[in-house]
Amino acid sequence: MNALKASERRAFELGCTVGLGFTQPLGQMRPGSVGRILAVSGSDRDIERGLLEMGFVEGACIEVLHHGWLRRDPLAVRINQTMTVALRCCEANAVLVGPLGDPAVSVGAVELEYAPS
Amino acid sequence: MTAGTLTVEALRSARIALVGPPNSGKTTLFNTLTGGRQKTANYPGVTVERKSGLLRTPDEHSVEVLDLPGSYSLRARSPDEAITRDVVLGRQQQETLPDAIVCVTDATNLNQHLRLLLELRPLGRPLILALNMMDIAQKRGCRIDIDALSRELGIPVVTTVAMHKSGVQNLLGQIDALLRQRLASDGARTIDGWQEPSVDAIRAYHREVERVLRQAMVEEGTPARFTRQLDRVLLHPIAGPVILLALLFLMFQAVFSWAATPMDWIDGGMVTLQQWLNAHMEESLLKSLLVDGIVAGVGGVVIFLPQILILFLFILLLEDSGYMTRAAFLMDRLMSAAGLNGRAFIPLLSSFACAVPGIMATRAISHPLDRLVTILIAPLMTCSARLPVYVLLIAAFIPDTLVWGSVGLQGLVMFGLYATGIVGALVVAAVLRLTLLKGGRQPLLMELPSYKWPNPANVLLGLWDRVKIFLRRIGTIILSLMVILWFLSTFPAPPTGATEPAIYYSFAGMIGRGLEPLLAPIGFNWQIAIALVPGLAAREVAVAALGTVYALSGDEGAVTEALSATLAQHWTLATALSLLAWYVFAPQCLATLAAVRRETNSWRWAAFMFVYLMALAYLAAFFTYRIALALGGG
Repeated sequence: MNALKASERRAFELGCTVGLGFTQPLGQMRPGSVGRILAVSGSDRDIERGLLEMGFVEGACIEVLHHGWLRRDPLAVRINQTMTVALRCCEANAVLVGPLGDPAVSVGAVELEYAPS
Repeated sequence: MTAGTLTVEALRSARIALVGPPNSGKTTLFNTLTGGRQKTANYPGVTVERKSGLLRTPDEHSVEVLDLPGSYSLRARSPDEAITRDVVLGRQQQETLPDAIVCVTDATNLNQHLRLLLELRPLGRPLILALNMMDIAQKRGCRIDIDALSRELGIPVVTTVAMHKSGVQNLLGQIDALLRQRLASDGARTIDGWQEPSVDAIRAYHREVERVLRQAMVEEGTPARFTRQLDRVLLHPIAGPVILLALLFLMFQAVFSWAATPMDWIDGGMVTLQQWLNAHMEESLLKSLLVDGIVAGVGGVVIFLPQILILFLFILLLEDSGYMTRAAFLMDRLMSAAGLNGRAFIPLLSSFACAVPGIMATRAISHPLDRLVTILIAPLMTCSARLPVYVLLIAAFIPDTLVWGSVGLQGLVMFGLYATGIVGALVVAAVLRLTLLKGGRQPLLMELPSYKWPNPANVLLGLWDRVKIFLRRIGTIILSLMVILWFLSTFPAPPTGATEPAIYYSFAGMIGRGLEPLLAPIGFNWQIAIALVPGLAAREVAVAALGTVYALSGDEGAVTEALSATLAQHWTLATALSLLAWYVFAPQCLATLAAVRRETNSWRWAAFMFVYLMALAYLAAFFTYRIALALGGG
């Protein structure tokens, strides 16, 4: 996660204008808001793993695209501008989202288990 | 290893497995690689479909290709994904370890899809990475340095465009190269020491993907706006559900209007065949069996082929275009109120065509309780086998008029029957979730893939599969039931000087009359009781059985069309409505019960489903009949 891409900067500015310069759980974000994932920590390891497997990982940029018509649940979230994933608010709350431009964030500092062959 | 097994080993054609995340175009690639030379079977013990086919490489090697269920990770979350894991690790019984794995990824989504490859790489099996949908990636201005990618990953990488035969040449060439290196199996049977990746390992895979793509991704390209713009409408909080409802309504109207003409052709063909048989055969028992039993019976079921095809066509188109997951998104909140998962929408929608593939599709639901509830309510979705009965009774008893200006009353009643099934299913699910099947819920984590034009080959192959299943059913279960039914309703012959129609004195008549007191409170006469006996095995047989019952009791030429006129004469409106209500719920399908047993691995749940549905059917029919009588429908 080095320099911001132009599209990310635009998204960041948009995020600032709607007042998203702070940290919040993904489940409380509204369609149109963007951010970068600060932490993924489910109360339950299976949910954490599930979220990680669908691309919700520290450092990923996310954008909330849509919410359901009934009680604003579930959410449709775009990850890194490539994949769109639907998830319910209660699971989304395991994902903590900060402003896009935070440079301190990167993927967890864990070494690879398998060296590339 | 003995010399004998060595020869067998050498003769055995090489096997490669296609592994990839859902929506990576894996099935399209499989269809293009194998063409029509594929077969679908089941893995032993479970009803996960095993799809395999043969391909011929440019070097004239014959290779068996296995299409494994889509999976984001080897950590299997559903029975489907468990098959993928077990085959890849050589743990699946009656399945040897594949000689090579082709990991299929969506080139426009490498960021997410490469992780599966990183999980496969440490297994040490020959591995090829296929960057699929390369044409779309290029259109978006995405440029990937293939050599760098191959170097960084340490495995061969090819680009593919699965839609066209020419788009898979690279892959075929690479398979040949691999086969030249090591055609003979290295003797490995299983892979030991594999462990589920931990959360830390998954984070490490993410970092590795990032590192590799920093080297290999020359230009990321701009993401397509098309899907986002379409979703803005299709997932809109108001427009979204309205469009979904309109689509479903259109689908059911189409089933009726588009199918009418081909159904007339089939009907005409059957009548001609009967006339020809009547004219050219001596009066005999064999002629009676052919004309009244087989042609009338089987014809009465074959006639519904066009409707089944249209229903499946819609389902396959929705699935292939990517809309089906949007439907699951829109339905999730509503369905979770009934204790179901949005993912259950797809199996339940398939159940409108047939509960058996619907029950099989519940494999995609990973949580066992969610899955069990979905299986138990799947038969409440109005499957196409009920259509014959609905069509017959609606044509006979509901006037063909328009209400509110432009909506056909017959179509509306049909819609009502479907809606009753759906509401019933939601109520049953909620009750089950509050009583017998309490427990935690599975999170909804579902990819919403990009929209794309449905691939005609995928849709046609899917339709062909359904036609085969339907015709096989007719050729086996329905044909034999027809012969048995003809026997039961022909013997013993009536006594001389009989006053009632012949069937009244037959075995079928005896059974029907035996059941009559039980069914009288819900308004069923002995003819219906007789038709329900074979109808327990397969719903649509009841129509043919009614045809046989009325044909044999003296009404000439009572094939489906004439049958509705006959019924309008013989039955009251209350009886017809009662039978419709019965059909919404009654578990009259041996294939479904067998599928439930297979999927839940217990007769207990199959028996439970049979009993609860039977009770619901009786209650629904009872109240419908009594209310209709009270309102003057007698």
